[in-house]
Amino acid sequence: MSFISYLISGISLGSIYAIIALGYTMVYGIAKMLNFAHGDIIMVGGYAVFTIGITCGMNKWIAMLVGVVVCTVLGIVIEKVAYKPLRGASSLAVLITAIGVSYLLQNLALLIFGSNPKSFTSVVSVPMIKLANGELTITGETIVTIIVCIIIMVVLTLFINKTKAGRAMLAVSEDKGAAQLMGVNVNGTIALTFAIGSALAAVAGILLCSAYPQIIPTTGAMPGIKAFTAAVFGGIGSIPGALIGGIILGVIESLGQAYISSQLADAIVFSVLIIVLLVKPTGIFGKKINEKV
Amino acid sequence: MAMLTVKDLEVYYGVIKAIKGVSFEVNEGEIIALIGANGAGKTTILHTITGLISPKNGSIEFEGKDLTKTPAHKIVSMGMAHVPEGRRIFQELTVLENLKLGAYTRKDKKEIAETLEKVYERFPRLKERYKQVAGTLSGGEQQMLAMGRALMSHPKIILMDEPSMGLSPLLVSEIFDIIKVIKEAGTTVLLVEQNAKKALSVADRAYVLETGNIVKEGKASDLLNDDSIKKAYLGE
Repeated sequence: MSFISYLISGISLGSIYAIIALGYTMVYGIAKMLNFAHGDIIMVGGYAVFTIGITCGMNKWIAMLVGVVVCTVLGIVIEKVAYKPLRGASSLAVLITAIGVSYLLQNLALLIFGSNPKSFTSVVSVPMIKLANGELTITGETIVTIIVCIIIMVVLTLFINKTKAGRAMLAVSEDKGAAQLMGVNVNGTIALTFAIGSALAAVAGILLCSAYPQIIPTTGAMPGIKAFTAAVFGGIGSIPGALIGGIILGVIESLGQAYISSQLADAIVFSVLIIVLLVKPTGIFGKKINEKV
Repeated sequence: MAMLTVKDLEVYYGVIKAIKGVSFEVNEGEIIALIGANGAGKTTILHTITGLISPKNGSIEFEGKDLTKTPAHKIVSMGMAHVPEGRRIFQELTVLENLKLGAYTRKDKKEIAETLEKVYERFPRLKERYKQVAGTLSGGEQQMLAMGRALMSHPKIILMDEPSMGLSPLLVSEIFDIIKVIKEAGTTVLLVEQNAKKALSVADRAYVLETGNIVKEGKASDLLNDDSIKKAYLGE
């Protein structure tokens, strides 16, 4: 029975990774850049909800809404200020800038909130479920996380495949120039992608801080890197890849912690990244890269 | 007044001057051919007109409006469509999705559906394969899709870059027949081609481009009989 319980908590953790990985993968697919500051948006979302909901004592729904809005705006601003001027620059320059933005956000949080952990109150009020005569307990956070992940996946898939803006995203991800010739505003589409990715990061931040109820300036860093691993694992640029990669990674981490070593769990997760890069560099759902002649 | 006027256009790639002061005009209802060897600057000129590249100097006027200050994504709704070199269809989307993207800036669903019917009439193969992923089409079908996608914006002028590239002689003739039909339906065509013979046979007027300069211009029928053109471009 404990195996099932570890499995479920792995799926739940993996769902959070998947939501974060979506942001990585969408931004990569459309702007062709790795936004290493993405993980820190999670932390900003966490602090925003903490400030509004706990410090100011407002209603948790308002706090969550503010958290999502703050992150969405932040994502758009970061893209405008830090990445847009570098469009056309080498990918290394953009990567270094992204790492710089990541440190900037972490240190701003350190300056404002200090290094002491703030305790976060879970926003989930769903009761835990006991199954199999109480041998198997599933927390409300776990249930909500998995459901939210499924909803996000469905809505996002519908958005991309059924709406005009979604199809514009697909067009931009395949060929920016040709998309412009169709009348697609490429800069607007990239901004929209950052907005969606950052809003998802805020949701992930709220879920993460509810499941592990404390927050420090580096809260987002490790989940961010793991979600990046998940995105690569699933095939960066692929939305189903982000989901599958995230969940597999969460399960590996959870089972690794339980059955191998809790200290080695992170090492196991990153070993997966190395193995994937060696065996199948494009990931599970990765596209074959067609070199243009 | 000409529909499209390009004046003293200069385009640089870094420090290299690719287009060295090119001027030409396209009148409504014409097929204008820009011919020249590989590297003469034909594609660069088209990319500059539709805003994918910014010129250093010179002006591009389309129906009295200056295109050099218009962002690329705003140009299609002004009535100018561009069939780029190498087709550049969206390989991972279906034929229908590609065509719908061609009408991206249009709002009226009924009008879009009417244009789609017309495009299907002109390219029955696209209708047969509307659900197929575009990357799996043959080269000729991909070229038809690229042209159909451009027509979906209901353009006044259509810019075509090497539509015959990589196609079998039979398909090349088919594509050029379609270009004539497009003109007869009232759309102006600016055609860039390495296949000078075919281009001159459908065009009204033509400009000959050599390393960034226009070296000759005139009626297409005259150029077809011009000795130096025959020697350099027609292989006679």
